[in-house]
Amino acid sequence: MPVKGLKKTGEYFDSVTLMLVARSLTEMEGVEEATVVMGTAENKQILAASGLLLDEFKDATDTDLLIAGKAPDEATAGSVIARAEELLIESKQKKASAGEHLPRSIEGAVDELSGANMVLISVAGRYAGDVAMEALEKGLHVLLFSDNVSIEKEKELKEFGREKGLLVMGPDCGTAIINGAPLCFANVVKQGKIGIVAASGTGLQEVSCIIGNQGEGISQAIGTGGRDVKKDIGGIMFLEGIKALAADGATEVIVLVSKPPSPEVLASVGETIKDISKPVVAILIGGDPKVMEAAGALAARDLERAGLIAVALARGEDPAGIEKALAARSEEIKKQASAEAGKMKEGQKYLRGLFSGGTLCDETQLMFKDSLGPVYSPAPIDPDFKLDDIWKSRENTVVDLGEDEFTVGRPHPMIDFLLRKKRIVEEAKDPEVAVILLDVVLGYGSNMAPGEELAGPIREAKKLAADSGRHLAVICSITGTHKDPQSRKKVEKELKEAGAIVMETNAAASELTVAIVKIRGGK
Amino acid sequence: MILNGLFEQELKSINIGLVSFRDALKDAGYECVQVDWAPPAGGDEDVMAALAALGL
Repeated sequence: MPVKGLKKTGEYFDSVTLMLVARSLTEMEGVEEATVVMGTAENKQILAASGLLLDEFKDATDTDLLIAGKAPDEATAGSVIARAEELLIESKQKKASAGEHLPRSIEGAVDELSGANMVLISVAGRYAGDVAMEALEKGLHVLLFSDNVSIEKEKELKEFGREKGLLVMGPDCGTAIINGAPLCFANVVKQGKIGIVAASGTGLQEVSCIIGNQGEGISQAIGTGGRDVKKDIGGIMFLEGIKALAADGATEVIVLVSKPPSPEVLASVGETIKDISKPVVAILIGGDPKVMEAAGALAARDLERAGLIAVALARGEDPAGIEKALAARSEEIKKQASAEAGKMKEGQKYLRGLFSGGTLCDETQLMFKDSLGPVYSPAPIDPDFKLDDIWKSRENTVVDLGEDEFTVGRPHPMIDFLLRKKRIVEEAKDPEVAVILLDVVLGYGSNMAPGEELAGPIREAKKLAADSGRHLAVICSITGTHKDPQSRKKVEKELKEAGAIVMETNAAASELTVAIVKIRGGK
Repeated sequence: MILNGLFEQELKSINIGLVSFRDALKDAGYECVQVDWAPPAGGDEDVMAALAALGL
């Protein structure tokens, strides 16, 4: 089959732009395969494997743009190149308006933006560490969104940052709110009294949204990247973040969000919070709360409780009232579960959880484990429950579609819903499925129309089930606020109209799911 | 001074990489300048290694 290609020297585009362009090209009529990549060694290998590595591509470097199209006839293959160029020009126009000159270095940007204090970095991991060090050396705080930065580099950056009094959020830090500004994948939450330090991106988003939706606000939400709380890094930025919030006049309550830190880091966190007079709420997903409690923190069982406890403390209320309110909600959830389960057909008993947020996926796994036992997953809590094939669910399964194995060559599932849309329909074909559970994460950086994106596949999934006499429950949680650019209210309406049940938090959605699966005998 | 006074300052950002992060900040009313970044030395790993060896 004819392959046409073009190499453009000295043209650089980020990977998300290229992936979205390639997606549009692949959708062109008659096109068998299309690709637009930078000429890195890795990409050239991928092109070679799919028969798209043309001779003129072989000596390409990281700054050469490679466009290739495969189609049954030469004209169609050639049309891929023309369309790719159009789309890339459009993306350039989005980057800089006509006549605008963008600086080519941090130095140039500092000259242009007097008083600059933060650098956001989302370039390929192998360059990101050096770019971050350059920013720190210029006295700028850093949010390092990129992953694939070595642990040695991370340590070097964080030790340097600590010495200079600079924040180093990341690598692999997806979100933060600093001085009210939503950074990367962040939600719009008003400024307020509650400060967050989080080694978990979606954990930070879920807690800050719960706080915002309760009418309280965030002073600062500092992300550290998940690896910060592991032994090698020793919690450098997690601890610096806690100290900063302890000293910050606007912060009255501190919330700590993390997957279980290493024992050494946990002990240091305990030592640090002992001396803090402000109330500290800790949610260590899957971790032992005793160390936190011994140090005087309030340990929360889930992200929702962490947010609600912080809100109560910020208002000077007794957090004990929260359990009463949640117990009343649990009664409602049980009734709802029984109504849903009652409509289902014999044999329908399992959960399929399709997540875009890793921490939300972990939270659901834990809630299942505590009530019904472990669930299958590519990253299970119980190693015996590892899925053999990540593309194929069995019994109760939850997957985080943001895991590296799902994101090779495609944008994160909070941006690109394609994979999840396909899988929703696939799962609906399985007669043993009772519930499909979805997290919908709003905010800057995420897909701008998640309700519209998911409505089609939800309708299709429910129809597929109904056509064979089944009632399929699709349960969604929304991590977002009414002020987010997507509007929580609008998304909720679209999902409900498509037939989904929408719960206010992931904890509530998981509780309903557990209750249905329990009634249906899914374990 | 906490973090060199960061919490007392207006947040002004420099964005290197995904343009959507700049757009989000501007949309939310914060100043942000995009850097037109490209890999150093044209991204050629041999050239980069040679420059590093020369201390450049």
